[in-house]
Amino acid sequence: MSAPGHTASPERYLYFPGCSLKSTGAAYEESLLTMFRLLGAGVDELEDWNCCGATSYMAISEHSAFALAARNLALAQRTGAHELMAPCSACYLVLMKTLDYRKRYAQVDQSVREALDRAGLPTTNGVRVRHPLEILYTDFGAARLKSMSVRKWTGGRLACYYGCQAVRPYSEVDDPHQPTRMEALLNAVGVPTVDYTLRTKCCGGSLTGTIPTVGVRLNYELLKEAVRNGAEAIVTICPLCQFNLDAYQAQIRADIWKTLEVPVLYLTQVLGWMLGGEWKELGLNRSISGAKVLRRWLTAPKEKEAYV
Amino acid sequence: MSDPKGRARVGVYVCHCGTNIAGVINVKDVAEYGATLPNVVVSREYKYMCSDPGQELIHQDIHEHALDRIVVASCSPLLHEHTFRTATEAGGLNPFFFHMVNIREHASWVHTDKPAATVKARDMLRAAVKRVVRHRALETRSVPINPDVLVLGGGIAGIHAALTLAKAGKKVYLVEREATIGGYMAQFDKTFPTLDCAACILTPKMSSVKAHPNITLWTYAEVTRVDGYVGNFKVEVTRYPRYVNEALCSGCMQCVEACVYKEGRVPDAFNFGLSKRKPIYMPFPQATPSVVLVDPEACIDFKSGKCKKTCIEACDRDAIDLKQAKDVQQITVGSMIVATGFQPFDVKRTPYYGYGRYPNVFTSLEVERLVNASGPTGGEVVGRDGKKPKAVGIIHCVGSRDKNTNAWCSRVCCMYSLKLAHLIREHTEAEVFNFYIDMRTPGKGFEEFYQRLLHEGVHFIRGRVAEVTDWAHDRSEDGKLVIRVEDTLLGTVRRVPVDMVVLSAGLEPREDAQDVRRLFNISCATEGFFLERHPKLAPVNTTTDGIFLAGCCQGPKDIPDTVAQAGAAASEALSLIDAGEIELEPNTAYIEADHCSGCKTCIPMCPYSAISFVAERDQVAVNRAEINEALCKGCGTCVATCPSGSIHQNLFEDDQIFDEIAGLLEFAR
Repeated sequence: MSAPGHTASPERYLYFPGCSLKSTGAAYEESLLTMFRLLGAGVDELEDWNCCGATSYMAISEHSAFALAARNLALAQRTGAHELMAPCSACYLVLMKTLDYRKRYAQVDQSVREALDRAGLPTTNGVRVRHPLEILYTDFGAARLKSMSVRKWTGGRLACYYGCQAVRPYSEVDDPHQPTRMEALLNAVGVPTVDYTLRTKCCGGSLTGTIPTVGVRLNYELLKEAVRNGAEAIVTICPLCQFNLDAYQAQIRADIWKTLEVPVLYLTQVLGWMLGGEWKELGLNRSISGAKVLRRWLTAPKEKEAYV
Repeated sequence: MSDPKGRARVGVYVCHCGTNIAGVINVKDVAEYGATLPNVVVSREYKYMCSDPGQELIHQDIHEHALDRIVVASCSPLLHEHTFRTATEAGGLNPFFFHMVNIREHASWVHTDKPAATVKARDMLRAAVKRVVRHRALETRSVPINPDVLVLGGGIAGIHAALTLAKAGKKVYLVEREATIGGYMAQFDKTFPTLDCAACILTPKMSSVKAHPNITLWTYAEVTRVDGYVGNFKVEVTRYPRYVNEALCSGCMQCVEACVYKEGRVPDAFNFGLSKRKPIYMPFPQATPSVVLVDPEACIDFKSGKCKKTCIEACDRDAIDLKQAKDVQQITVGSMIVATGFQPFDVKRTPYYGYGRYPNVFTSLEVERLVNASGPTGGEVVGRDGKKPKAVGIIHCVGSRDKNTNAWCSRVCCMYSLKLAHLIREHTEAEVFNFYIDMRTPGKGFEEFYQRLLHEGVHFIRGRVAEVTDWAHDRSEDGKLVIRVEDTLLGTVRRVPVDMVVLSAGLEPREDAQDVRRLFNISCATEGFFLERHPKLAPVNTTTDGIFLAGCCQGPKDIPDTVAQAGAAASEALSLIDAGEIELEPNTAYIEADHCSGCKTCIPMCPYSAISFVAERDQVAVNRAEINEALCKGCGTCVATCPSGSIHQNLFEDDQIFDEIAGLLEFAR
């Protein structure tokens, strides 16, 4: 939709998957790649990437964690890229933190430099880290998504769940207190959302595995409030949030809430669907909870599906 | 008085300013260095040069050492240039044979590297000594002070200042942007700590303003241009059309009754949108002047031209004039008082407190209207759902003492929150919880009021509230607003369920404070409140002579402080007026007549139209530009413009500036 006389160069993004998008968050990777393909943007996976340094690394050995994150950024820099897209919130935060701490603390910068130097990698601290939500909002924008959307939404209302790491403490993805960019993008393509009060509350992180009584309780609250706010499904931008909310519904059903069936989708799945992506290439078949609901919403007979 | 060889004889005085300068700069070293400079006869250091003994040193030295030039290295010329010029004059010299070096604001206060700051002070001193040698004797001129005063803003500050001046027999123009005077005080219910009714004490003053023969009241008007200088400001006031002839309207309200809208449809700003008004309306019953106005954005006739105009029919005085245009007035005043007030912090900037999301979250000003007997609910404290609350939470410091919003303490919120707590309890018997960081009650009767509230059973929880949410953790919280807070006295996180939340919004500079600042050529502090000339000793003056400050435009303050400050501003204006005339700095431009070629380049450049071209005089051809000294403000534009370099400016002569620069660049030997 470029203006006359203006030749838009197609966007290309260098992409850091991290562990989640290759395992529990496979649907995120599938839908992310499909969505960008439908948007006409190229995505190249960073070669030879390693663990981002999140999980327990940061708590046990801070300098190792920074070195791991910095290696990925240095690899990106070596390709000549200025930016690196990190869709997983944990990866995003660790990469951002590494950039920030190298600037702020000489000690961190020095230990990272030494590590990079030994590996023969560039030591400058210059690659910008970006999250897909911020890319979609600033590089593409609601209007462009709207103009490229080809489907009519046939599902229910969604609660946009941002979680913690993508919006705090760094505020480039969205407002830390009241993020609203997911809503802006979804509403633009005709997907209704609700005012979800717990949009930035904790999903429990790894507590679902370590102290399930606490972790699952948090997930129960998030699901309960989404339903109370009028949502029938939740949409997320983080593989850990998605996994926690999606995977423990059976346990919550057994414990307290017999009828619980709330699909938990990635933003890229919903936008990819609206842009014309198909069921499997968006990883919609991978949903654990609410699969039946999704089938009902998104596989209406072809003739009924109103193309815009 | 110069020495036998005809050289200047300079006296140098370096001030310690206690430890303000001497704590950073080696004053002794600078004074010793001064003694080595060419033309310097005496160079001394002294603890406080501005003190009487300090000034006495200057007189004595002028006599004993036959000095003819004086340099004082101390603070800003803004503070003491006048002092030292007077001392120079008292010693028998022309006051303009003096020059001041600011080694405090420009060196000791802004540097931490002591040796480097000392070197800088030496450099500045050297430049000043070179400059002062070039100084010439100048005469000051006096202009009469116009006794009329402009007061900008019709809140309690502007009202009090205007009345004080009017009572002293001075003519006052009171200009207010809104359709009525009264300001925020008119919207308050009671005032702390005495709980007397705000309207009862304010409205008589409002009527006095309207009735006073010395006050010209222009509401719905703005100052759109300011020219001139102290004693003689030329001000343009634009009066916006209210579509009602102010001279004819009696405020009978029959037009409002007759409006084709049977019910109000537009959010009523006076009640912060808690009620609706019609397109033709009176801002509030005691509005002053008591004249209705038409809102062209809401009136059908303005939008479609197809209204029955029942309002016009209803008016038996033919006061409604839908074709009214704006009216521009030009006035001349000698002094001005800026009393433009504050704006409440926009609580939407703290989204975690839920304003605009949860209907029963209110701002403190909205609650002022709710508790008011003539407010939108007739004094019933009820939520937007119409229900009377059983528990109310008041959150202090919303938009105050928070580096994410405004860093400063807004000074009035603790006290007005206590007042609202008392009133809400009185009206509803609800449990009231105050969430505070610190209780700040430093005023007459304030602490006693706080003690009274403690005994009345109002709850106080120390801690900054994290969020207001409707996320219930158990049945007791269902349907409630839950205030989540760390109680720092108990050392635990608490959840307090309530039915209504009041956000005690702080005070901040008005959105257009920067525009007003530029219009009046005054200064703002970094946070945007107007800056007084000196925080202790000139608290109502601005850096522009003849312009004074009153009320919250200078910083947050309560009603007693505002009224006191307004009185002070009025008395400063009175002292200026009663002096009758004022001395002006002789920094005007002049033309070297023999060099002027009559090219006229300078004439259109002059912003004050002070330059004219004289073709002939007494039938003799002149063909030169001439500057009217009375109109010249010394801006220097023509000096820089003149292609032949024949325009000069007193106090800023080329040789003075060049020598000053040369002195600065001549690095210490």
